[in-house]
Amino acid sequence: MRNIKYLFAGLLFGIVLVKSEVISWFRIQEMFRLQSFHMYGIIGSAIIVGMISVMIIKRYKIKTLTGDAIVIPDKKFSWGNVYGGLIFGLGWAITGACPGPLFAQIGSGFLVTSVTLLSAILGTWVYGLLREKLQH
Amino acid sequence: MDLITQPWPWYVAGPLIGLIVPALLIIGNKTFGISSSLRHICAACIPANISFFKYDWKKESWNLFFVAGIVLGGFISAEFLSANHPVDINPQTHAVLRQQGVKDFNGLLPKDVFSFDQLLTLRGFIFMVIGGFLVGFGTRYAGGCTSGHAIMGISNLQGPSLVATCCFMAGGFIMTWFILPYLLHL
Repeated sequence: MRNIKYLFAGLLFGIVLVKSEVISWFRIQEMFRLQSFHMYGIIGSAIIVGMISVMIIKRYKIKTLTGDAIVIPDKKFSWGNVYGGLIFGLGWAITGACPGPLFAQIGSGFLVTSVTLLSAILGTWVYGLLREKLQH
Repeated sequence: MDLITQPWPWYVAGPLIGLIVPALLIIGNKTFGISSSLRHICAACIPANISFFKYDWKKESWNLFFVAGIVLGGFISAEFLSANHPVDINPQTHAVLRQQGVKDFNGLLPKDVFSFDQLLTLRGFIFMVIGGFLVGFGTRYAGGCTSGHAIMGISNLQGPSLVATCCFMAGGFIMTWFILPYLLHL
């Protein structure tokens, strides 16, 4: 039951994704064709707000609701960031959806996106299978 | 009510999305990220003795609640908060896409590309099945997606996340400019 709060957070995120048309294939096309500021504005302002929030949390050592120190693990560079990033980019432009919008599309009635999601789960699984053979 | 049912501008949506970062940290020390949920689903359903999927996914189950919330939010938004008009895209984008073979501009997705009918055509198979595969494989190989790297990672000034985000964009540009025109014509 303590996980219900994350369901609620996801719910708000899902509403914003649909209302701002981030889940639209057309918006992603506009973005990659450099014909609209909309998506750049959303991602850019989200990063700025996120960055300021993280700075405030660190500066004032803000704690979690249960009083624990907030810890954000560092990311270590791997060549996977490059190869995987490029592969994801190719897929993003075809499907018009990154993982968050895939879930939101299904909820908003595009049931066919469940096929895309299942395929993404399969892709994740195949990555796990081949992981040792891939360059990182 | 009009303000709610109309599409929200970037300067409303972007900051709201940015606020998810501190919200998750403060609620329970969680870092924003969606693609990990795909890994947890693999670990829960089809671990197949692969070491990458042998971990206690139940400890990460908050992430599955989060994505379930996204589905629910999508439903509420489409059902109660939307006026259902076509996406008001740049006329240039509209013209190019029409020229490249997209016909249906009425919804959030072109239904002549994304539908169950199209699934068995070569084009539909590529856009839904192959596309989805690339998203799942690529995000896990990259260690995150738009939320985990572009928003959470860059917010926390992580170099690898900036590299990954640049590669997401590069992959998207390559696909859109050089490959997609051929795929749309299939």
